[in-house]
Amino acid sequence: MKTNNVLLHTLSRVVTLIILIFSVYLFFAGHNNPGGGFIGGLMTASALMLMYLTFDFSKIKKALPINFTSFIAAGLLFAIGTGFASTLFGFPYLTQFFDYYQLPILGEVELTTALPFDLGVYLVVVGIALTIILTIAEDDK
Amino acid sequence: MFQTIMFISLVLLSLSIVVGLYRAIKGPSTPDRVMALDTIGINMIAGVAILSIVMNTYAFLEVILLIGILAFIGTIAFSKFIERGVVIERKRDE
Repeated sequence: MKTNNVLLHTLSRVVTLIILIFSVYLFFAGHNNPGGGFIGGLMTASALMLMYLTFDFSKIKKALPINFTSFIAAGLLFAIGTGFASTLFGFPYLTQFFDYYQLPILGEVELTTALPFDLGVYLVVVGIALTIILTIAEDDK
Repeated sequence: MFQTIMFISLVLLSLSIVVGLYRAIKGPSTPDRVMALDTIGINMIAGVAILSIVMNTYAFLEVILLIGILAFIGTIAFSKFIERGVVIERKRDE
C-alpha cells in the first residue's frame, strides 16, 4: 500500500515559513533582547531540517542546491573581515563602531559593526549543524 | 492572592508532568512514550509562561515559542522513525 502523508506536507510548508521568520527575528533581536546569531542559526537549521524530514533527500537537494560546508567558510570570512576592517582605520583588531542613521521606512536605527560579526556566527552555526546532520543521514547504506 | 493562584497552577502543572513521566517510563509501546514526551513538552511551555508572569519579565517569551518548535520537530522525527525506520529518506520510491 502506498502511504500518503499529505497532512505532514501541507503543515510543514507553513510551519517552515514561520520558523524561518522567527529565526530572523531572533537574529536581529540579539542586540537588546534575548537572541543572537547562535540561536537564530540553530532555528534556521531546524527549519531546513523539518523540510528534510518531510520530503526526501534528493528532492530537497534539487530544490535547494547548496553545499552547506561553504556556509562555514563564508561565516568565518565575515567574522575575520569585520575584525580587519577596523585595523584599516588605525584602530585595534575587532574594535566595534556604532552610529544612528535615518532609514526610509524604519526611522532612526542604530547600525553597529557587531551585526556582520553576528552574521558570521549565524552562517557558521547553520553550516555546521546541517553538515553534521546530513553527513550522518547520508551514510546509511 | 494572585501569587497564590500562580503557585497553585505551577504545582498542578508539575503534577501533570509527573503523570506524563509515569507514562513515559511505564508505557508499553514506543508511541505511548513519544506522546508522553510531547505532553511533557507542552506542560513545560505552560510552566515557563506562568514563571514569566511570577517573575514579572518579558525575557522568557522566546523560550515558549522555542520549546513549541523543538517539541514539534522532535515528535515528527520520532514518528517518522517509528513508521519508516529512517528519519531522513534518501529517495522516496513512488
